[in-house]
Amino acid sequence: MNQEKDVLILAIESSCDETAAAVVKNGREVCSNVISSQIALHTLYGGVVPEIASRKHIEKINQVICAALDEAGVTLADITAIGVTYGPGLVGALLVGVAEAKAIAYAAKKPLVGVHHIEGHIAANFIEHKELEPPFFSLVVSGGHTHLVRVKDYGKFDIIGRTRDDAAGEAFDKVARAIGLGYPGGPKIDKVAKEGNPDAIAFPRAHVEDAPYDFSFSGLKSAVLNYINGCRMKGEEYCQADVAASFQKAVTDVLVANAMHAVEEYQVDKFALAGGVASNSALRKAMKEACEERGVKFYYPSPVYCTDNAAMIGVAAYYEYLNGTRSGWDLNAVPNLKLGER
Amino acid sequence: MRVLALDSSGLVASVAVVEGKEGNADACTIAEYTVNYKKTHSQTLLPMLDEVAKMTDLDLASIDAVAVAAGPGSFTGLRIGSATAKGLGLALEKPLIPVPTLEGLAYNLCGVGGLVCPIMDARRGQVYTGIYRFQDGEHLTVVEDQMAVSIEELGEKLKAYKEEVTFLGDGVPVFREVLETQIMKGEKIRFAPANMNRQRAASVGALGLIYYKEGKTQTAEEHKPDYLRVSQAERERKERMEHDTVSM
Repeated sequence: MNQEKDVLILAIESSCDETAAAVVKNGREVCSNVISSQIALHTLYGGVVPEIASRKHIEKINQVICAALDEAGVTLADITAIGVTYGPGLVGALLVGVAEAKAIAYAAKKPLVGVHHIEGHIAANFIEHKELEPPFFSLVVSGGHTHLVRVKDYGKFDIIGRTRDDAAGEAFDKVARAIGLGYPGGPKIDKVAKEGNPDAIAFPRAHVEDAPYDFSFSGLKSAVLNYINGCRMKGEEYCQADVAASFQKAVTDVLVANAMHAVEEYQVDKFALAGGVASNSALRKAMKEACEERGVKFYYPSPVYCTDNAAMIGVAAYYEYLNGTRSGWDLNAVPNLKLGER
Repeated sequence: MRVLALDSSGLVASVAVVEGKEGNADACTIAEYTVNYKKTHSQTLLPMLDEVAKMTDLDLASIDAVAVAAGPGSFTGLRIGSATAKGLGLALEKPLIPVPTLEGLAYNLCGVGGLVCPIMDARRGQVYTGIYRFQDGEHLTVVEDQMAVSIEELGEKLKAYKEEVTFLGDGVPVFREVLETQIMKGEKIRFAPANMNRQRAASVGALGLIYYKEGKTQTAEEHKPDYLRVSQAERERKERMEHDTVSM
């Protein structure tokens, strides 16, 4: 009898350069999590090329979905509902997953649940932390997003702070390119920074006036570029590791400062890091220490659940499904979808 | 057998159910729903299929194959059609029949004498086109396979055959005048009427029945659109690399 009560979500994610599918049981147990990464392909171009990403998605998507079902040991008939990322992201890339998910749900007569990509990133924390439940605060940091979010309940969010310009991950990519580390910038800077002195160069920590929780990274990025150009003009060699470490420290300081400001202001007792940059070791360490100092429980997902994946979409879809969210056959990709909107 | 057909390669979104014996004998269109409106295919295609299914009491499980206009066309439009076909094929465990977009378009004019030449505006000064003929008044034969070429180059190819040509497709409004007054001036040319001058899923489905018999099917997993063009980024990278080689 218990078997019948299980809710199995087949989740599909194609918002950027990973084609992913997963099967998630009862919102917390990952039965399979298949990811086909295109990073090697986009490295040739120094970043994600939307048209190439979309073409790869359509080549891989059925294979990835079938593998997710196989690895979970289930068939489509066992699935309760289909979850799919419908925004934000690259529109052409999103459309592949959305059209595919709609067709599968329609033909298999399953409910369809459109999921917000950021909601998925936050929900990634539920996979390995069974005790974590809303309300809590979350900092979502990735190549496309920097959001400080108040998670009031499952599927209910207030955005407290956001970036005014570049996303944190975007700044990592741009700085990595400028100092010759290449794409993807996050993991490469993280690695090189371990050899450098984070206090070697005084890069600015930008705070947005009248918006204590908002972020701005374009000034920092420019400061790094100016520093490098300045060294070149003077004919001096700059230390790649010091630049990486000092830049990383500047980003981390601002992220931690704003997050802790919110923690104190809202009297938060649980804090969860999310998104691709959540696997950055310096950010994790600094955030963990800051939370511990304040007696706040700190959570973050394993790296595999930090970067884009479908398991996190399956978790978010599960709670949306329980909340009664159902998407129509006219579900469209929404590239600039706002968190908390439908 | 019963084929579900989809075409979202251009401005038109079209869904049809076509029945007949394999190879198109006694083929009959059960339903066709075609929309040429500004809504995106992502919003229209599946609701259209749902309407068709409801209206005709269609049990999707009774479909034998899914035919899809498989390119060329709008890159995004093609992917919406292909991803829909792949999802249906996956869930229904049925094969796909990829129908080259221009062959499907040409099939609108099945039985027309002379050459049939669908043209789609491909931007960058080109058209997606192909040259076709109906053998014995019914069998679509490919005279020149689908391609992306300039309208001038197409004109040169067509004139060499010295036959009457019937044009159709969304390239007609763009190139009609230049075809009439310059490129095909003095040649016998005609233009298809409004009821058959755009993509129609019924044509994709009817041709799909023939291609099914000929074994031209794919699994849902292996299917991908045939864009006829690489992406802009790949093209520019190739040009850069060629340029670099020359300058070295």
